[in-house]
Amino acid sequence: MVRLEDLVKVFETPNGAATAVNKVSLEVPEGEICILLGPSGCGKTTTLKMINRVISPTSGKIFINGEDTSLLDPVELRRNIGYVIQQIGLFPNMTIEENISIVPKLLGWDPKEYKNRAKELLDMVALDPSTFLHRFPRELSGGQQQRIGVIRALAADPPVMLMDEPFGAIDPINREVIQDEFLKMQKTLKKTILFVSHDIDEAIKMADKIAIFKDGKLVQFDAPDQLLAQPKNDFVNSFLGDDRALKRLRLVNAKQVMIEEPVAVKHTDSLKTALERIEAHGYLHAIVMVNDQHQPVGYVSKEKAKTTNGLCGEHYHGLKTVVNANDNLNKVASEMYTHDTTWIPCVDDNGRMLGQVTQSGITRYLSSSYNRDSSSIILPSSATGQNFDTSMFRDESK
Amino acid sequence: MEEIYKQYLKKCGTFLVICLVFLLGVIVSEIGFISSLIEYQEDILYLSGQHIVLVLVSGSIAIGLAIPIGVILSRPALRKAAEPIMQFLNIGSTIPTLALLALAMSFLGIGAIPAVVGLCIASLLPITRNTYTGLTEVPDHLKEAALGIGMTPLQMLIKVELPNALFVILAGIRIALAINVGTVPLAFLIGAGGLGELIFTGIDLDEPYMMLAGAIPTGLLAVILDAFIAFLSFTLISKGVNPQLEKN
Repeated sequence: MVRLEDLVKVFETPNGAATAVNKVSLEVPEGEICILLGPSGCGKTTTLKMINRVISPTSGKIFINGEDTSLLDPVELRRNIGYVIQQIGLFPNMTIEENISIVPKLLGWDPKEYKNRAKELLDMVALDPSTFLHRFPRELSGGQQQRIGVIRALAADPPVMLMDEPFGAIDPINREVIQDEFLKMQKTLKKTILFVSHDIDEAIKMADKIAIFKDGKLVQFDAPDQLLAQPKNDFVNSFLGDDRALKRLRLVNAKQVMIEEPVAVKHTDSLKTALERIEAHGYLHAIVMVNDQHQPVGYVSKEKAKTTNGLCGEHYHGLKTVVNANDNLNKVASEMYTHDTTWIPCVDDNGRMLGQVTQSGITRYLSSSYNRDSSSIILPSSATGQNFDTSMFRDESK
Repeated sequence: MEEIYKQYLKKCGTFLVICLVFLLGVIVSEIGFISSLIEYQEDILYLSGQHIVLVLVSGSIAIGLAIPIGVILSRPALRKAAEPIMQFLNIGSTIPTLALLALAMSFLGIGAIPAVVGLCIASLLPITRNTYTGLTEVPDHLKEAALGIGMTPLQMLIKVELPNALFVILAGIRIALAINVGTVPLAFLIGAGGLGELIFTGIDLDEPYMMLAGAIPTGLLAVILDAFIAFLSFTLISKGVNPQLEKN
């Protein structure tokens, strides 16, 4: 856990004193990623660097796991905090192995131990130790170098990591890949991470908490979803961008807006049964048909069920697409637009039907959070609550 | 096609050079050059010894002084003072070496000691300047990474700053030693001996062979020393930062 209390940093400049960080207090629980976000010159990097005392605070206190860091020896303190910088900062005169082992060496580990550790870490980021251990940084690509930068910080297994725009200098495609890798690693490592970024999309993707800074002050400190749903003021609002409702799509899983109503028919059911079920659940258009493993394979339309006799297996239409319950709404919405549909069956990892996601369900989820803060309602409330229907197809005919 | 042609040309060139050297050797021995030089063998050996001692003593003292001075000047606490001092040293390096020796003699008399002092001062400047520049040009983000990782200032200097500045520092030493070897013959003028004795006496007596007996070993010594420093920089500088190994 990292806690900042009334942290202040005043720089003495030729033009007088400049307050870079002004009474910042925040707390990052153990195992969470907190992203410090803001325009350049807002004090986020200064705040980060005060934590490992690369910059010493003017006043205020920093606690790591309850311990006041001002009472610790700064060199000792830094060796127990992982540090990743934007320029990566690999030492070009050292091999990859030496770069990774540097903190364990400073801490006095046994050579055997830190050599094994270097191999283990390279394996973790999918770089082959036999090829990379004895290379020099300049022989690596930017993305590879940044992976080394991250595992160097992890080498001595510090509980806290500080990352200063670690993925800022990497091209967008590689950045996505490294971010995903990093999130995967973090799932098992559970480090407490403070991370500086100016990229709102990166922050939404990676953070458990986002701290928005402006002119040295902490403006808002919230979970990404909360932040996007309820920006505290105009500055935060404009910083998040005018598509903040769409940005939230990434944060929500299909599961969260899924209507858990796996009512369906099978091949062997008659169309009459289908019609009964459609009417019993008030569906307007159709019902999903599943196979014996309860995997959705198609749908039977109401029209057909009304006018024809026979089995569902003979009169169904194929499904265009399904989504996994763990997919985010961004992907779900994209699927909907791609296939020109307003509902999508939702399945688990084995492809079994769990429920369905509807366009109105997504809209309702996004707008219901806005309702809590009446000043930022985007959709008129009459359009969100009352007309909404929990089951598929019902209001899609108009 | 082009490749084969080039290789063929290279072979021809090598052969031609060998022929020329051989021819030169024949001519030189025919006109009695070598036998005349061998007359001075004893002098050459004795004076070369003196010459080498002068170079090594003044060179090592200069390196031993200049690197620490450069390191101290490059420390952040001294940055403000460092610039004027470097300017002063730069002006110092424009003083001709002969004038330096003359100055040393006027304060310390004649003999080896004023020569070593003069040579030291002449070689001090390039090493100090290059050490300072090399260290200040180590990128800030490397120093920040080293600090953030938990290195003490001394560890940072030894593990990060010096290895990354080494190429520039060794280039300074190379320049300094070249100046040094070139100046040592002048040391004879203030009574410190060395191969300068053969050169200047040869000039005075109008004895070209005597002059050459001093000049050729002086030249050889300079070439050998330079090759040695080149070898040293190749082995000492990490393969990761040696600009000569940079792939393009």
